Amino acid sequence: MTAALKAAQKGASVIIVEKYHELGGQLIKQTHRFFGSKEEQAGIRGIAIADELTKKIESNDKIKVLTEATAQGYYEDKVITVSYQEQFQKIKPKKVIIATGASEKMLAFENNDLPGVYGAGAVQTLMNLYGILPGEKVVMVGAGNIGLIVSYQLLQAGVKVVAVIEAAPKIGGYLVHASKIRRAKVPIYTSHSIKRAIGEKSVEAVEMVKLDENWNMVEGSEQIIEADTVCLAVGLRPLTDLLIQAECEMAYIPELGGDVPLRDENLKTTNEQIFVAGDAAGIEEATAAMLEGELAGLKAVSEIGYTDPDIFEELNRLKEELKKLRNGPVGKVIRKGLKKARGKEDAGKNRYSHIRGYR
Amino acid sequence: MRIKEHPILDFDRKEEITFTYNGKEIKAYEGETIAAALYAAGIRVLKTSSKYERPRGLFCAIGNCSSCHMVVNGTPNVKTCITKVEEGMVVEQEVGKGDVSD
Repeated sequence: MTAALKAAQKGASVIIVEKYHELGGQLIKQTHRFFGSKEEQAGIRGIAIADELTKKIESNDKIKVLTEATAQGYYEDKVITVSYQEQFQKIKPKKVIIATGASEKMLAFENNDLPGVYGAGAVQTLMNLYGILPGEKVVMVGAGNIGLIVSYQLLQAGVKVVAVIEAAPKIGGYLVHASKIRRAKVPIYTSHSIKRAIGEKSVEAVEMVKLDENWNMVEGSEQIIEADTVCLAVGLRPLTDLLIQAECEMAYIPELGGDVPLRDENLKTTNEQIFVAGDAAGIEEATAAMLEGELAGLKAVSEIGYTDPDIFEELNRLKEELKKLRNGPVGKVIRKGLKKARGKEDAGKNRYSHIRGYR
Repeated sequence: MRIKEHPILDFDRKEEITFTYNGKEIKAYEGETIAAALYAAGIRVLKTSSKYERPRGLFCAIGNCSSCHMVVNGTPNVKTCITKVEEGMVVEQEVGKGDVSD
């Protein structure tokens, strides 16, 4: 959305292809307030940011929005195919910005496919978007920020969180979020994992197990917890199918959440025409994603002639803001990942090289 | 179950509509997705897996994972987590891979 707005502001015509029936991505279900400084929209709830961006886009006649539309593929003749309103359409853009976001990671345990086992995002969707309770008693797996925030949101909605299970020896998320749920007397079990879900047609209980210092299950430490819902908050992975299909050079970079496209500091991939932004470029948070969108949008349209004398200053300002955001100990992992993704440090293996020339 | 009161959110529910799930009438609100409406009615099994026919329900709720595929108005493999429910819609549990022979 920020890429589209920036591109349109410089005079380019933009088409947004969105799978869902409204714009806003994951922001539309984020009821918590953002962290950081004021210019980074801290203190504002995600839902409010989504509203504001949507309004700006809807009132911008340079931007055409296709909702309930799926981008199907990118072809050699630089055509993007889109299925929209039961039709297969072709778009031939000068530049493409891929901001497809992320998908939830799965965890391997017995019966992890039972109904009642959800990703944390799904719980937020049901609860915060549709006002529907995912269950009555929830076991949260993962005590990173997402696990802690969604636990708190469940409590707000009146759902009982019976346990938060974390495999690492300490809580990964910010202390302020952990304190909130601790005050509500939710137990957080560190060095524990879920061994299996129990149930016939849907989750009825969870077997929890203690982990030793080598993360192996401690035999005899199993404990049964009665619950009808398991919520997995064990991380996200970039949703890069389109980038892979378009044959952008990929690399497996664990610091960024998985397979990501190599790109330069302006977020241009190894394909001259394609830029990437947001979680599709590497798992971070919404503020970084929005800045990346602006940067990619600006650079992309400047390359096709929509430019002005201030462009370099503006590009630099965005890069500085991103740098500031990733400063400090919290951004350390991201900084390392980005070095790899920009080819400055040995990147991981391209696990998709075998499909090059596959067609 | 639907949330009635929430400290931050107001749920502005639109017109009530009716659709069927495996022949049974279910009430929903306009604007809800099929999967959301079914969950509100306490239905968690949406399909069965393609090989062992194990029960499957919602997992990602944003159209990525295929765990919510159902037969909607005769069309199999509809992602019910991102498809809005409509008045009179005929929704059925999907078995296995979904029959696309017609």
